[in-house]
This record gives sequence, structure tokens and C-alpha cells, in this order.
Amino acid sequence: MSSTLKRQPPAVTFLVVSILAIWMLLAAFPFLWTLWGSFKVEGDFFSKADWANALRGTLTQAETGGRITGDGYYGAWVQEEFWRAAWNSIIVCFFVVTISLTLGTLGGYALARSTYRYAFWFLLAALIFRAMPPITLVSGYLPVFFQWNLWGHTATTIIVLVAINQPFTLWMLHSFFKNIPAELDESAMVDGCTRFQAFRNVIIPVMWPGVITTGLFSFLLAYNDFAVTTMLLSKENQTMIPKVASFLGTTQTKGNVMFAVSSVVSVTAPLFLMIMFFQRQIVGGLTAGAVKG
Amino acid sequence: MKHRSFFWFVLPSAIAMMLFIFFPIISVIIQSFHVEHEQVIRAVETCDLFGCKESTTIDQEATAELRAERPLGQFAGLKTYLDRNHIAATEVAETWNGTNSWRDFGAQMLNLPFYKAMGFTLTYTFVVTPLVIILGFIIAVAVNSATKALRGPLIFFSLLPMMITPLVGALILFWMVDARGIIGTLLQQLAGDPDLSVKASTPLMWIMLMVYGVWHSAPFAFIVYYAGLQTVSQDTLEAARVDGANRWLQIRHVIIPHLLPLTTFIALMQLMDNFRVFEPIVSFAANAHATSLSWAIFNDLGGETRQLSSAAATSVLTIIGVAILLSPVLVRTWRDFDRK
Repeated sequence: MSSTLKRQPPAVTFLVVSILAIWMLLAAFPFLWTLWGSFKVEGDFFSKADWANALRGTLTQAETGGRITGDGYYGAWVQEEFWRAAWNSIIVCFFVVTISLTLGTLGGYALARSTYRYAFWFLLAALIFRAMPPITLVSGYLPVFFQWNLWGHTATTIIVLVAINQPFTLWMLHSFFKNIPAELDESAMVDGCTRFQAFRNVIIPVMWPGVITTGLFSFLLAYNDFAVTTMLLSKENQTMIPKVASFLGTTQTKGNVMFAVSSVVSVTAPLFLMIMFFQRQIVGGLTAGAVKG
Repeated sequence: MKHRSFFWFVLPSAIAMMLFIFFPIISVIIQSFHVEHEQVIRAVETCDLFGCKESTTIDQEATAELRAERPLGQFAGLKTYLDRNHIAATEVAETWNGTNSWRDFGAQMLNLPFYKAMGFTLTYTFVVTPLVIILGFIIAVAVNSATKALRGPLIFFSLLPMMITPLVGALILFWMVDARGIIGTLLQQLAGDPDLSVKASTPLMWIMLMVYGVWHSAPFAFIVYYAGLQTVSQDTLEAARVDGANRWLQIRHVIIPHLLPLTTFIALMQLMDNFRVFEPIVSFAANAHATSLSWAIFNDLGGETRQLSSAAATSVLTIIGVAILLSPVLVRTWRDFDRK
């Protein structure tokens, strides 16, 4: 494509470069700004006097003696126990991803191999379920969970997130398994394996690229969820996202909005690393056409 | 694959979806036709020196018992649907008779909670979706004509707004447009109004929410289009060039037709996802200016008094909306399957 670039007139090059520059600014600048601002005091991050104070840290210098300060992080992580929320997030994400993938690979494999019409109906039902806004489902859970004392536990939330994840996971893995030639497991079955043995010994060793990609999206769903986690978890079991939201309700009035800013940066950091290491898989997953599930 | 093995392979998934997606939908529908029991009132006679008086008190024990016994509450039919917080049949009829112009009628309707939420949700869905498609396409074409070495980092930064937690992404933008933030100050200077505040203005708040929506979803359209661009036939492009097509004509007659099926895919996905808009309203604390259906359910469920029936009714109405938006997707999937 570089040859095309050479051939194109300067006006087009200019247009392309400016579009890209503006988009990069839009996409990346808010994150850099917030990252930088999280090391300032509130008076600088929200400066009445001059927005550039957020860059220079004038008040930060006056209040803490340094140009940058970790007070926001200390306040959020230690004082407000954000570490507890982070730990809860790790637990929830780990179990949601493992369970989703276990159920999803079994189901997705069967859906990819079955030639009967009911497999299609199953996928269609999954597509309908995928379209349901999670919050509408939550209003179905609450009365029952209160009744049976299931509300507030991490385990309940994990199972709920796994279920909400299933339609998407099934669709994605189904299309990955479709790309693995059926001759592979069929020949194993000709050699005397049962269906499950063929799955275990022949399919499992070659399925990892698809499983990793699907796992990334399952992780994102669990990690980014707000509707389910905020409604179903008790205060001590809260994950990071509802915790950030709770900072807004209570501490913004106390003037501790910097807790929220630093926790927002803390939530973003793992996502940043994830995109960095798994960019190829994420792009592959989005474009597999599987995301239509 | 044999029926038997298929059954055992999909069973765990099926159970999970049955218990936590299918049943809740049924339970929401049933719940929406019930309301909480009224408190049990008991007449008590209290006698003192001056004679006996009859008074009524709330029998807490009996109320609690009744509620525990039949937690669904009492059957109310469509009552919840028709009350002021949902379809608001009486209020709509009154407004209809009481107002003379469409404009007036519309303005009055937006004061009713359900129509306010519906109005914003639909506006958001049908404004953000086309913008996402256009912006995503422009970025994809631009990135595709950049040098190979640059594309990796460009894609990396483009993915950020989409991968970020919606609640967190919206907060980041919200802090920047705060009257004391960098974009807020910039807007004040551009408008020449030092008191300009996005938080205080309904139109600005709507615009901000939609800007967030486009920012958040454009990368998705971009990635899908970008992948589509990699499969554009170079021969066709070459032929077009030989025939004297300039860059614009190549895009218009070769690239856009090639990407059209992807556009349908993006549009359908985006319509469904934008219809759920929820987190940005929480982040922007926008509920005074804009609410969405999802937010209305969230609002009913949270707080001291959980209004389960009200939330259930809104949920059912939302599900109906989703079903309408979903029908073209289903028809498309159906056709795809039949073609195979």
C-alpha cells in the first residue's frame, strides 16, 4: 500500500494525515490527560483559575510540595480499600472466564458439528438472548434472589455473568470450530474414539487460538460490567466498576473526586496492557464475523 | 453428530441460559402484572375511662406474613403498564386533548418519565448508529492508506475507546467537559460565555452523551471496515484506475459496494447495542436532562424502595423494543442459514 501513498497527490496525503491526527487525538488524549491529572490535587485537575494548572500542577506544588502526588491513589487504594474491589474483580473475572469457556467450548463444538436443524434454532435462541439488555434480566433476578437469600454473594454474580456471557461465547466458538476441519475428529472416531474422546484428544489441542480470543471477550464482559455487579453484589463483595461508581455518589461531595480519578486510571491500566499484548487476537475476534452473536 | 452426544455437549450451556436468561424474562413478565400487597389494616377498639374509640392501625405482622406467603404480590393486570410512570394512558389522553400543536404535545409528553426515556433512547440509537458507521469508515480508509509500520500503533490507540469500561470511559470524558476541565473551558471560550456548563443544559447534555456514544463505538465500525478493506480485490481497483477513476470514484464504485454487507452487519449490531444505552447516563449524572429505558429500570431497582413491578413493566416494554430492532437480524440470520 505504500506504493499507493507515493502515487497519491499531496492534497490527499494531507487529508489522510489530518484525519488520522485528529482521530488519534480524540482516541488517546483523554486517557493521557486523565493519567497525568490523576497525580495532581483536585484544585489542579478541576482548575477554576486556569486549565493549564492541570499540566503545571501549581496547586499540587503548593499543597503537597511536589509537582506530582500519589495522594489520590493512596486515598483510593488504602483509605477507601479499593484493593478489596480489585481482588474481587480478579476472582469474578477468573471464574467467569474459566467457566464460560468450559461450557462454551463444549456447546460451541457440538453446535458446529451438528447438521440438524435444531442446532440452528439453538443458535437463534442464543442470538435473541444476547440482545437482552442485562439490566432487564437483573429485574428478573432480584425478587427470586432476595427470596432465596442468594443476593450479594460473589458466586451468584459469577454464575449470572457466565450465563449472560454464554450466547456470545457460543456464537464465537461455534464459528471457530466450524473452521477446524470435521475430518479431523471424524477420523479419530473411525479409529474407535467416542465423540468425547475425539473432542478431548483431537480438538482440544488445536482449539487454543479461538479459545484465547473468546476468553478475552469474556474477560472484557465480566470486567466492564456495571449493571449486574452493582445490583447483585453486597458492599463488601463489590468489584471495581461499582466501587468507582460509589466514589461518585459519596466522595465527590466531600471533595475527594481524586479517589475516583485515580481508581479510573487503575481500572484502565489492565485494559491497556491487554490491548497491547493481545491486539492481534482482539482484531481477529472482532472481524471473525463471530461478534454478530 | 448424534442427538445423544449433542444433548450432553450443549446441556451445561443450555441450563445456564435457561435458568438465568429465559426464566428471568418469564419472571419479569409475570412480575409486571402484579403489584405489592397493600398493608393489612385492622380496626382496633381502645377503651379508657372516657369510653371506647375505634381506630385503624397497620397490622405489621399480618402484612409481613402476607408478603412472605405470596411474594409476587396481588394480581393487577395492566395497571402498572398504564400508570403515570409507563404508558400513562390518562395523561397522554389529557395532553392530547389539552394541547393544540404537535410541538406543544411533544414537549408535554417528554415530561412523562417513560416517554422521556423512550425519546432519548430512540434519538440516541438513531443518531449514534449512522455517525458511527460514517466515522468508522473514514478512519478505516485513512488507516488503510497509512504506511504499514504506522498501522499497528494506529489500531492500538483506536481500540482504546471501545475496550474501555463504558462507565469509566464516560467518566473520563465527563471530567474533561466539566466547567473546570479542559474541554469545558475551551467551550466557554469558544462560546464567549464564562457560565456555560454542559451539566446545566439539556441540549448540550444530549449532544455530549451522543458524542460519547460515537467515540465509544466508532472503533468497532473501524475495525470491521478495516478488515473488509484488506479483502478488496486489487485487480478491480487496478482496472478502475486504468479506466481513469480517481480516488473518490474508486471509493464510490469499488470500495463502498464491497463493504456494503459489512455495513448492514455493523448497523444491526449498533442499533441493538445503542438501544441499551445506560452507563454514560450514570457517569454524566445526566438523569435530570436525559434518561434511557435501561436507566429507568436501574433507577426503579436501586434506592430504598425497590419498585420491582415498575421495573418489570419497563423491562417488558424494553424487551418489546429490542424484539422490534432484533427482527431484521433474525430474518438475516435465517436467510444466511437457508442459503447454506
